[in-house]
Amino acid sequence: MKQVLEGSHAVAEAVRLARVNVISAYPITPQTHIVERLSDFCADGRLDARFLRVESEHSALAALIGASSTGVRTFTATSSQGLALMHELLHWASGARLPIVMAEVNRALAPGWNIWTDQTDSLAQRDTGWMQLYCETGQEVLDTTLQAYWLAETVNLPVMVILDAFFLSHTYEPVDIPSQEQVNGFLPDYQPRFQLDTRNPCAFNQLAPPNVYMEMRHNIQQAMDQVLSRFGQMEDGFGVVFGRRYGEVEPLQCDDAQIILVTSGTITSTSRALQQQLRADGERVGLLKIKLFRPFPADAVRRILGGAQKVAVIDRNCSFGAGGIFAQEVRAALCNLSARPLVFSYIAGLGGRDVTLDVLKLIYRHTKDCEHCPDDSIWMGLHEVHHAT
Amino acid sequence: MQLNVPDRDYMHSGHVGCPGCGAAVAMKFVLRALGNKTIMVLPACCWSIIAGPYPQSTLQIPLIHSAFETGGAMASGVRAALDVKGDKETCVVTWAGDGGTFDIGFQALSGAVERNEDFIYFCYDNEAYMNTGIQRSSSTPYGAWTTTTPGRDWKRMRKKNIVEALVAHRIPYAATASIAYPEDLLRKVSKARSIKGSRFLHIFASCPTGWRIPSEISVKIARMAVQTNIFPLYEVENGRKYTINFMPKGYLVKEYFKLQGRFKHLSESDLDQIQAMVEEDWELLLRKAGVPLQG
Ligand SMILES: Cc1ncc(C[n+]2csc(CCOP(=O)(O)OP(=O)(O)O)c2C)c(N)n1
Ligand code: SF4
Ligand SMILES: [Mg+2]
Repeated sequence: MKQVLEGSHAVAEAVRLARVNVISAYPITPQTHIVERLSDFCADGRLDARFLRVESEHSALAALIGASSTGVRTFTATSSQGLALMHELLHWASGARLPIVMAEVNRALAPGWNIWTDQTDSLAQRDTGWMQLYCETGQEVLDTTLQAYWLAETVNLPVMVILDAFFLSHTYEPVDIPSQEQVNGFLPDYQPRFQLDTRNPCAFNQLAPPNVYMEMRHNIQQAMDQVLSRFGQMEDGFGVVFGRRYGEVEPLQCDDAQIILVTSGTITSTSRALQQQLRADGERVGLLKIKLFRPFPADAVRRILGGAQKVAVIDRNCSFGAGGIFAQEVRAALCNLSARPLVFSYIAGLGGRDVTLDVLKLIYRHTKDCEHCPDDSIWMGLHEVHHAT
Repeated sequence: MQLNVPDRDYMHSGHVGCPGCGAAVAMKFVLRALGNKTIMVLPACCWSIIAGPYPQSTLQIPLIHSAFETGGAMASGVRAALDVKGDKETCVVTWAGDGGTFDIGFQALSGAVERNEDFIYFCYDNEAYMNTGIQRSSSTPYGAWTTTTPGRDWKRMRKKNIVEALVAHRIPYAATASIAYPEDLLRKVSKARSIKGSRFLHIFASCPTGWRIPSEISVKIARMAVQTNIFPLYEVENGRKYTINFMPKGYLVKEYFKLQGRFKHLSESDLDQIQAMVEEDWELLLRKAGVPLQG
């Protein structure tokens, strides 16, 4: 059934349809609409789940680690400061191999206070052992949340479903809300592989000396590798029921492209418009949207970008001292090819600044005209700064 | 002496605690009263080690080790999942040290108790961060040496009164207990197990290594803490009804202090001052319990 829905509500609908058992969350703008809608669902009986209104994000994730270890399906949502506060427990969730799903609304980190979109919060957690899926539309948010449970429960690792603050979380779009039967056809009931059980008493997460710790970590890496090989299978199953697929990356006219723009999140939508305009003008330009960031789909990236002359990666994030984070990953994926494109790294739109068609045009022009590709990231649209004296 | 307590143990013989470890004694007794329909949440503390490395376990109940500050939160999640599964029989407990309770885990504990989560929180109190090498906590008593309160910088702040902090939450049941009084301890565990909502047990658990005492006087020291009124045995129901379980003869605190290396730097006048503090705390407790002050 099609409805005009906020991105946040698309998340909530998916959580309801996924028959989640325990939810635990702490409010932070711009995540609040997700948990408010879920509170409504729990209150009016549309979702039969326990909602733990804990006293912090740290406790929200800790509670879910407890619940998930006891063998039930779990969900939380957060953003920015809240995600940063959870950091220690992100490692606990993946180390304990728990299929927890989180909606993470990309928001800038303080100081100064800024509630607008910026990917540095989630990307700063890239090494925590969580899958990361970046979304572009309300429909994709709903679909990806369902897919997240499938992936999480298949490989026993947690997942972040990531959406841009406001541009996605608070934007209304037509979204097809599937029926419960459809969802059940794609996502079976959760069958935990291990759980706390008095009939089979085991110790979880205990002391792991050097003789066992490394194997445990290798298992996590293998599980991540498995995500890449199972992603297609997951999407086949999803496609049978829903007739849609997204791909871990989505290439648009990349085959004959000389220059390829690389984007994630809602910047992709604006880039689609630019790409079409430029093609109409006769430019051989392609667009690659990266949806799956962890595990990083390096093979697909190599296959699609390897033949281009130039690549322009647009990052709404920064690893200070290193630059745009998607650009680093793309460069790393390409570095062992004997012939490879020049990879330009652009930083744009931090703290919710608009990345307009004009900004993207400038990026394209610069990439096309520039013969020497700088190692450093190029910051787009910086204002002149007047320092206090 | 024959103890009138259940004798089925849910701890295997053999653990890796120090000789005379009060925390190990406390666990043994508590599990006897809880029985095996119990799931335990164990934040970082000495017991993270005592329970044994992968793939072994000292305990015969399901155990989930957890981040240091998450005792209250993780137990809330385990409870929620059991509720969803319709398991009303299993008792969820947290087992944490004083650091994990008074300090870094206090927020999560306060949150869980404010929500009146249905679980028992056990704090075994050895009055410092022992796992990391005897650093001060807010449970470390006035006068104590620790590795972060060395030399003339011995701790000059009083021990936080954790039971009163929990009582301020109107917690259904809060009690103190000691490894030196096992019958009282087991009765309190059984009582706690029969009550719904949040329950808190504060167990005095001596630590030979950290307190600089010979291991064979571990239990004696715990008994003296009660007999000197340093660690009174009492319980509080619904944040209002106080019951003092043991009326001591009023031994002088210096007898207790003089046996422990961690207090050896204290002068007679320091000890007099501590005696006055202990008396003040005791009178406050008597007043709350409605017991007339003597003499
Ligand atoms: C966030 C965090 N900070 C610090 C530590 C290190 N640490 C582990 S146990 C511990 C002290 C535990 O003290 P307490 O709770 O009193 O238990 P005890 O070791 O005394 O039994 C500390 C500081 C940790 N594991 N996690
Ligand atoms: S340091 Fe103290 S609490 Fe820790 S195991 Fe040794 S005696 Fe027990
Ligand atoms: Mg301690």
